[in-house]
Amino acid sequence: MPTTAKKGDIIDIKTLISHPMVSGQAKDAAGKIIPRDIINTFTCTFNGKQVFAMKLEPAISANPFISFPVKMTQDGTFDFQWVDDNGQVYKDSAKVTVT
Amino acid sequence: MTDPSLSRRGAIALASRGCVIALAACLFPTEAWASPSEAKALLATLGPGALQPGKVTIGAPEIAENGNTVPIMIDVDSPMTDASYVKTIMMVADGNPLPGVARFELSPANGRAHVEFRIRLAQTQNITAVALMSDGTMWTATKNVKVTIGGCGG
Repeated sequence: MPTTAKKGDIIDIKTLISHPMVSGQAKDAAGKIIPRDIINTFTCTFNGKQVFAMKLEPAISANPFISFPVKMTQDGTFDFQWVDDNGQVYKDSAKVTVT
Repeated sequence: MTDPSLSRRGAIALASRGCVIALAACLFPTEAWASPSEAKALLATLGPGALQPGKVTIGAPEIAENGNTVPIMIDVDSPMTDASYVKTIMMVADGNPLPGVARFELSPANGRAHVEFRIRLAQTQNITAVALMSDGTMWTATKNVKVTIGGCGG
């Protein structure tokens, strides 16, 4: 994603996280179902306010790629958060300056 | 006029379908698949309104060679202003073990109603997207995606 934007511009945010997204549908060699472990929620806030959220199901591919636009009206910080079935939280953030 | 390649195409289609069924049988614990009615029931949880065709565009390949990662784009025709915007987009698939795919919460801050992501498709099937607008109306589009190798398990 860009680090600067003109006021009023719509920027594309592209996110990618490394995660196996175990669907809970497959069996191991012994015939036991491998327990589901997926990223189930993704949220993006800008200066603390939610601008985008996604609920993910097992039908989302491994290493989820998510892209969405945001209209820039002021400087600020994007905070991204992914949560998986084990409650593990993955975070990232990015600053954008509006010129 | 008869297309001489039709029978060959039919044979290829049959062969690939056989392959998908074989994969599904080995990887899935049951033969239960989501059905169009299950997918519809899931969409009904979005709101009380009736689904109208239109405003929603699904971008997906006609033929997905690898069902494990099928790139999807959803666009909704909306000004995305405080007065009129897309609140929620939901996608379901009627031929996966589970009908749910994803649900997106948008706001006027997005400026444009557009999302991109990648999905798993176990077999050739219809995918449906529904957009719930800020005025409560719901718009929908469906696209058929042919899958050569099913995205089983993961």
